[in-house]
Amino acid sequence: MAAATRTRVAATLGRHPVGMILAAPYAVYLAIVFAYPFGFSIWISFHDYFFAAPGAIVDHPFVGLDNYKAVLTDPAVRESFGNIGVFLIINVPLTTALALVLAVALNRVVHARTFLRVAFYVPYVTASVAVVGVWLFLFNSDGLVNTVLGPLAPDPSWLVNEGLAMPVIALFVTWKQLGFFILLYLAALQNVPKELYESASVDGANGWNKFWSVTVPAVRPATALVVILALITGANLFTEPYLLTGGGGPNGASTSPVLLMYQRGLQQGEPDFAAAIGVLLVIGVLIVAWINRRFIEGRD
Amino acid sequence: MKRTLPAILLTTTLALAAGCDGSGGGGDAAKANAATGPITIWLSNNQEELAWGKAMVESWNSAHSDQTITAQEIPAGKSSEEVIGAAITAGNAPCLIWNTAPAAIPQFQQQGGLVALDDFDGATQYITDRTGDTAEQYKSPDGKFYQLPWKSNPVMIFYNKDIFAKAGLDPEKPALSTYDEFLTAARKIKSSGAAPAAIYPAPTSEFFQSWFDFYPLFAAETDGKQLVADQKAQFNSPEGQKVAGFWKTLYDEGLAPKEAYNGDSFADKKAAMAIVGPWAISVYGDKVKWGAVPVPTSTGKPAEQIKTFSDAKNVAMYSACQNRATAWEVMKFATSQEQDGALLDKTGQMPLRKDLPTAYPDYFSSHADYKQFADQAARTVEVPNVPNSVAIWQAFRDAYSESVIFGKKPVTDSFSGAATKVDQLASGS
Repeated sequence: MAAATRTRVAATLGRHPVGMILAAPYAVYLAIVFAYPFGFSIWISFHDYFFAAPGAIVDHPFVGLDNYKAVLTDPAVRESFGNIGVFLIINVPLTTALALVLAVALNRVVHARTFLRVAFYVPYVTASVAVVGVWLFLFNSDGLVNTVLGPLAPDPSWLVNEGLAMPVIALFVTWKQLGFFILLYLAALQNVPKELYESASVDGANGWNKFWSVTVPAVRPATALVVILALITGANLFTEPYLLTGGGGPNGASTSPVLLMYQRGLQQGEPDFAAAIGVLLVIGVLIVAWINRRFIEGRD
Repeated sequence: MKRTLPAILLTTTLALAAGCDGSGGGGDAAKANAATGPITIWLSNNQEELAWGKAMVESWNSAHSDQTITAQEIPAGKSSEEVIGAAITAGNAPCLIWNTAPAAIPQFQQQGGLVALDDFDGATQYITDRTGDTAEQYKSPDGKFYQLPWKSNPVMIFYNKDIFAKAGLDPEKPALSTYDEFLTAARKIKSSGAAPAAIYPAPTSEFFQSWFDFYPLFAAETDGKQLVADQKAQFNSPEGQKVAGFWKTLYDEGLAPKEAYNGDSFADKKAAMAIVGPWAISVYGDKVKWGAVPVPTSTGKPAEQIKTFSDAKNVAMYSACQNRATAWEVMKFATSQEQDGALLDKTGQMPLRKDLPTAYPDYFSSHADYKQFADQAARTVEVPNVPNSVAIWQAFRDAYSESVIFGKKPVTDSFSGAATKVDQLASGS
């Protein structure tokens, strides 16, 4: 009898129930701040929903896929997904490549190592609101960049140019996030066995060969992590278009899906429409992340 | 097990979500309407308004020890409307909020967050007696008042006299009454290098930005039409096209910049003109030598016929309030002739009272700068009180940005598309 109970407990809680107990607080936290709101947003996306006062008698009828149809046929939504595609195409490869190269360089630096690490990390820990001001100073029509470029400055200027606004935001985010990803790579580089580099040297490999044939494969798990994190944070882009381009301008060219969710869900009182955008965004990110994982991590 | 736990979590949360649809049983409104006792109110964080609010509360509390007011500033947020919307949903909105935007009323009403003031004896009479015919604009489609019209900031064209003089324009009586005159002045300002921009309305896409470029001129051009009337968009008309064409010329010729300015372009002397209400007089103070004229029209209508956007803010009572009888008495107290006079004195903003100049003759004789705004306050146009108000303004702003500011589409095409969308939204669908 006791054995049967133990078996049932083991089947439910695993071989180490104490592990479940230790993990429970975080699981509860996740359930409250992530799983419940996420489940609620899925529910909202299938209903005619708006936020109501407690006690207000309001009807939230089930509308099936109506919200999804409205989202998919809305040109502003399609444009925002296109914008975020442009952002990710620039931001994710640039972040990954620069973070790896700079991490390798920092790993070899002997002098001023701490200073350089801090210098790369400071933008990451500084609030976007603060550093956006600096970028506005750099990239507005009368800004430093245009002053330096002189007659070569783009017209319309960077932040009001439909073709350049999103790339500028992608560069801004790359620069701002780089410090964090460099740290991830630096940690991964500490685990690359020195013997591999010695063997490569014995085989006559030069610096580039060692980087390409030893470092890059050795930090592949870190690369997978960097790509997925850059993808997720990039897909959730909000603050930068909100502040840098005055709410997704010019003319919607830098509107992101999350900014649109904010506008439609909170400003315009259509949380059902916004929830449908959110669910589609989650699905899109999961698909792209899965594809990335298959390519970068392989099957090993 | 690896897959069972996440599945259980997801199923549970979905089930919980389905069970929590944000609606509930109705409260005892009649009991709350008759109840008296302490109340909480929110005030704008504008320093002058705050000073008025605190004095008003002190005055009320000294005479009503059993029905005291606790006042605080509207909590910080991206906008007051979002904070109020969240408070309604959470059920912790205060009894009264000064500075409720008329454009947000339909949404708050839909949320079940507002109390119809008509429920209180004599309320409708009080509102119409105080505000006159203008009060009609603040009625909701169901014919009830969910807001008490409080104060307006009728917008006019402010101009910098020093910049005008530098550009060779008459700084005392500038010719700015027709579109042609305005454009001529703007070109002179720009070509003379007197200022980087002739005028600098925010070219950004927030739904409310049209209140400070298109809408005042549309109100003037149409003799007071609102953006939507009888569930139909009004801007896709010859008058709307004229106003759009005027602004488009300013943008196309670089007289109005397409890039957002971080700060106050008029105060910083980056622009020679601005569209602002009387609240700005105390802000600009001695920083700018300014003059003000009515917004232009295509034919140069006389000043006394010009209508403009009111930029009004009102007082609303929120359904979370338990002592509504007290709240209604406070509304009346705070909008009495004495308190309106105090508001005018402290802030320079115009109480939404009929015959304003004659109600406070001493003030306007000693504050000549404000007199023209008091005259203008009698001819203001409010945002339409219709369902999906914010979505309507956003649809219009998107069309305006696309065609007028950035010139990506002809104005006729953009306005026509926006009108179709607005008609649909205004019908409540």
